[in-house]
Amino acid sequence: MSATAERGVNALREQIDAPVASFFSSCVSCGLCADACIFFQETQDPQYTPIRKVELLRRVWENEYTLFGRVKSMLGLGNTITEEDFTEMERLVYDSCTMCGRCTMVCPVGNDITMMIRKMREGMSAAGHAPVELIGAAKRHTKGNSPMGDLSKAIQSQVKHAIADTGIDIEFDKAGVDYLVILSAQEIAEYPEVIGAMAQIFAKAGVTWTISSEAFEATNVGVQIGNRDVAKYLVTRVVEAAEKLGVKKVISPECGHAYQALRWEGPNLIGREYGFEVVHIIELLDQLRAEGKLKTSGKDTDKITFHDPCQINRRGGINKEPRRLLNMVAENFVETDDAGTMNWCCSAGGGVGANERAGDLKNAAFQLKKRQFEKVAPDKIVTMCAFCHHTLENALEDNDMDIEVAGLTEMMAEYLDDED
Amino acid sequence: MNNPYFDLLMFARGPLFDLALLVFVAGILIRIVEILVLGRKKDFSKAKGKPVQQGIKTIFTRTLPRPGAIKANPITIVGGYVFHIGFFIAFLLFVPHIALIEALTGLSWPGVGRVIIESATVIAVIAGLALLYTRWKDPVRRKLTTWVDYLVLILSLLPLITGYVAVNKLFGDPTFMMALHILSVDILMIVFPFTKLMHAFTFAMARYYNGSIQGRKGAES
Amino acid sequence: MSSSPLLPKMMKAHGVSRRSFLKYCASLTSLMALPPAMAPRIAHALETAPRPSVIWLSFQECTGCTEAITRSSAPSLEELIFDSISLDYHHTLQAASGYAAEQAREEAMKEHHGKYLVIVDGSIPLDEPGFSAIAGISNLDMLKETAEGAAAIVSVGTCAAYGGLPQANPNPTGAVAVSDIIKDKPIINVPGCPPIPMVMTAVLAHYLTFGIPDLDELGRPKAFFAESIHDRCYRRPFYDKGLFAESFDDAGARAGWCLYKLGCKGPTTKSVCATVKWNDSTSFPIEAGHGCLGCTEPDFWDNGGFYKPLSAPAGEYRRMGQAALVAGVAAGIGGGYLAKKNKAKAQADHETVDAFTLEKEESES
Ligand code: SF4
Ligand code: SF4
Ligand code: SF4
Ligand code: SF4
Ligand code: SF4
Repeated sequence: MSATAERGVNALREQIDAPVASFFSSCVSCGLCADACIFFQETQDPQYTPIRKVELLRRVWENEYTLFGRVKSMLGLGNTITEEDFTEMERLVYDSCTMCGRCTMVCPVGNDITMMIRKMREGMSAAGHAPVELIGAAKRHTKGNSPMGDLSKAIQSQVKHAIADTGIDIEFDKAGVDYLVILSAQEIAEYPEVIGAMAQIFAKAGVTWTISSEAFEATNVGVQIGNRDVAKYLVTRVVEAAEKLGVKKVISPECGHAYQALRWEGPNLIGREYGFEVVHIIELLDQLRAEGKLKTSGKDTDKITFHDPCQINRRGGINKEPRRLLNMVAENFVETDDAGTMNWCCSAGGGVGANERAGDLKNAAFQLKKRQFEKVAPDKIVTMCAFCHHTLENALEDNDMDIEVAGLTEMMAEYLDDED
Repeated sequence: MNNPYFDLLMFARGPLFDLALLVFVAGILIRIVEILVLGRKKDFSKAKGKPVQQGIKTIFTRTLPRPGAIKANPITIVGGYVFHIGFFIAFLLFVPHIALIEALTGLSWPGVGRVIIESATVIAVIAGLALLYTRWKDPVRRKLTTWVDYLVLILSLLPLITGYVAVNKLFGDPTFMMALHILSVDILMIVFPFTKLMHAFTFAMARYYNGSIQGRKGAES
Repeated sequence: MSSSPLLPKMMKAHGVSRRSFLKYCASLTSLMALPPAMAPRIAHALETAPRPSVIWLSFQECTGCTEAITRSSAPSLEELIFDSISLDYHHTLQAASGYAAEQAREEAMKEHHGKYLVIVDGSIPLDEPGFSAIAGISNLDMLKETAEGAAAIVSVGTCAAYGGLPQANPNPTGAVAVSDIIKDKPIINVPGCPPIPMVMTAVLAHYLTFGIPDLDELGRPKAFFAESIHDRCYRRPFYDKGLFAESFDDAGARAGWCLYKLGCKGPTTKSVCATVKWNDSTSFPIEAGHGCLGCTEPDFWDNGGFYKPLSAPAGEYRRMGQAALVAGVAAGIGGGYLAKKNKAKAQADHETVDAFTLEKEESES
């Protein structure tokens, strides 16, 4: 076994705790998790059954974390892990899982399979079996300041545009404000309108905020690869910047995994509580709405539906907020089947979108979304994750579907009440 | 002179039961304590929801399937329910079984009549056979199932079948069938801690952890 | 005693009418589960059969069996059967004793060699001949000696049939059943502690009329030992409904509910107590409010306690359970500790990576 494979097994070993042990002890092989998974649904291939994707983690648990397994191993009956096992698992752990969390919701014994796949990725990545595209993004982010490379110039110019468009001043690195805004590379590169949108809403609501010129990137490819060293390194940049600026809260932008990375994984990666709070932009908007600080006028008459980003709704707990906001500005809001907590993934989360090898699987998975959208036949799909936005836009185009996709923050800014 | 059937019955009720009890109780405790000792790291993220409450809630709520699940997997879900309910009616509400539990623990409760017990038994056996069938036929389950899983399912059905045969004197010497019934239970108890039967205890932990992980984030579970 | 007066003569002597004799034969017929048409044949056989010589041996017994067979109410039809045999030796009942008694036995053995019937009650101690002896002859020797010329042996009572009470754990005398010693003679076991008198006499009647009856695998006449008490118990409807007495004096017990939880062994005991009943068909133990002890089954003394439900474990389960609790928790903590150590080591061995060391090493080490 190579040294990297050894490193992978050790990483798996580090991941096992009481929840994992209780999950593996409880699995009854009922196969119900299969139907929850978009990849199984669209391929009907049993190898995509979620629980199968964590087989190596299971083996380490059985061999090394149970008394009976130890005895079995001592008798030479243990099922050890080989280099080939890692290679074989790549397609299951990375290509056919968007970390969407649906399997976790249906398992009758309550196994959090998604969390275990996240742990599996620790082993896979340490063993050197992460997809090359994700490793490339990690390198770019480490060397530069975003997975797309150095975006310092881009952010500067996008902010300038936003200032010009809105007439509202946006200051970088302003100490003493309440909020620090960070953005996903997708937004900076593809959907920069969101900067102006926030500026307008915040100006009306009297929210003081800034952007860090050093740590403006919210995404964390370390979380997607599933490597806590990389994830920790990347999240530390944001934490340090936020603490240096002394903000009260950091706003996690419209990006699913960034929200997971910053709000839920981050403190555990750095091993301490933050000196600030993390709030998702949609949570903040909903709070402003509740406080009467976010008022809109007029409504979009298009038929609008909403796509729940897995990491923000199902795995992030933000479910009602976007609906309350959307109802303020949409006259004709229709839900798709399974909307809300059990919504289906956009088909490319969890690093699948960047992974070229997974292209066919991704397309297959999108067919489910396609059918759902066709059933509702909306004019517009609103979402709250720039990556879902990007995926849906491209997939709709590839499938010759003429539906517009929009971000919720932008949409709120569009109908912002201009009075007073 | 001895009655070999009677001797077998006494062996099954006596020394073998003692051994089975030892393996069953100690084995289950080992597995549960082992998990608990392992523990988990403190979570430093600031909780949005109520992890402990949601964890406890999930232990119960996860009993119900999500909408649509039954349609996708009717045999597994309906069969699973019927098997579990039937098994527990036959196990926990048949008075001779209550007498056994009372002898072991001092706890006792009223039982129900034979019609209910026997209907439950028959239905549970049918459900168990259906589960066996889908395990064998459905590609997803077939791929997940190991020979131990098949064995465990069959071993769980044996006490129901032998008990029914013994009580109704369908065939064989009733004392012998009764001995086989108790023997089948002894065996089930012995394999219990080493197999997926452990889910009967650890499911509550798994559901709790699932609920508390999701609950911390204020997400549903 | 060799000239065997035929039964009708005896009946007349005892003042038994032919009518009541035929009635008796009819009830015997049904008792033996024979078709009613057989009754006249039984009557005829009993009337014409010569009285065979019977030697009754009593070994390690309590006299309960003898008591039972003699305690029959008047008009004593059982007595009548006695008169249809020639009881040449029964040291409890006979007047003679010591040498004279043994002489009677030896005479009968000689005279009826190959034709006499031996009835045994009580078990035979093997550990030490002196544990039980009659006229200086150990039970074992006497049994072997007497059985040698016997046509058949009837073991009455669970002691003779299966070892019974003397054999109960720890079996201090090394008691065994007749069938453990005698292998070359037909043996009819009539177990029970004691057996139902009617059953004993019916078996004898059967022997006299038709020879050895159909026996089950435990040597019991199938006519009396095919069904369990539970099969015919009048409390069975309560069992089926799930209504059980919890103690001997609770409302359930008074209402006649099933005695299973109070230790009734009816479900595993084969006997006709529930139908033939005792004391001239007056009642039987369960009717008197006590569960069946299982007295017609081997080892009934040691089947886990008379008052312990049949389904309750019979061994050292309490000690086992406690040991298991302690051992399980201790081993679990031990196992958990090993697992934790394993994890701590893995964490200590953690090799921190960064984006640039994520790729697989090409050279195998
Ligand atoms: S997290 Fe989603 S994509 Fe991954 S295995 Fe589970 S259901 Fe499938
Ligand atoms: S749904 Fe849960 S119990 Fe069933 S196979 Fe999947 S992980 Fe195992
Ligand atoms: S069987 Fe019972 S009644 Fe007969 S001798 Fe033995 S102990 Fe006494
Ligand atoms: S009292 Fe005994 S024999 Fe009668 S029904 Fe109950 S268990 Fe059966
Ligand atoms: S009821 Fe049972 S214990 Fe009582 S005499 Fe009959 S067989 Fe023996």
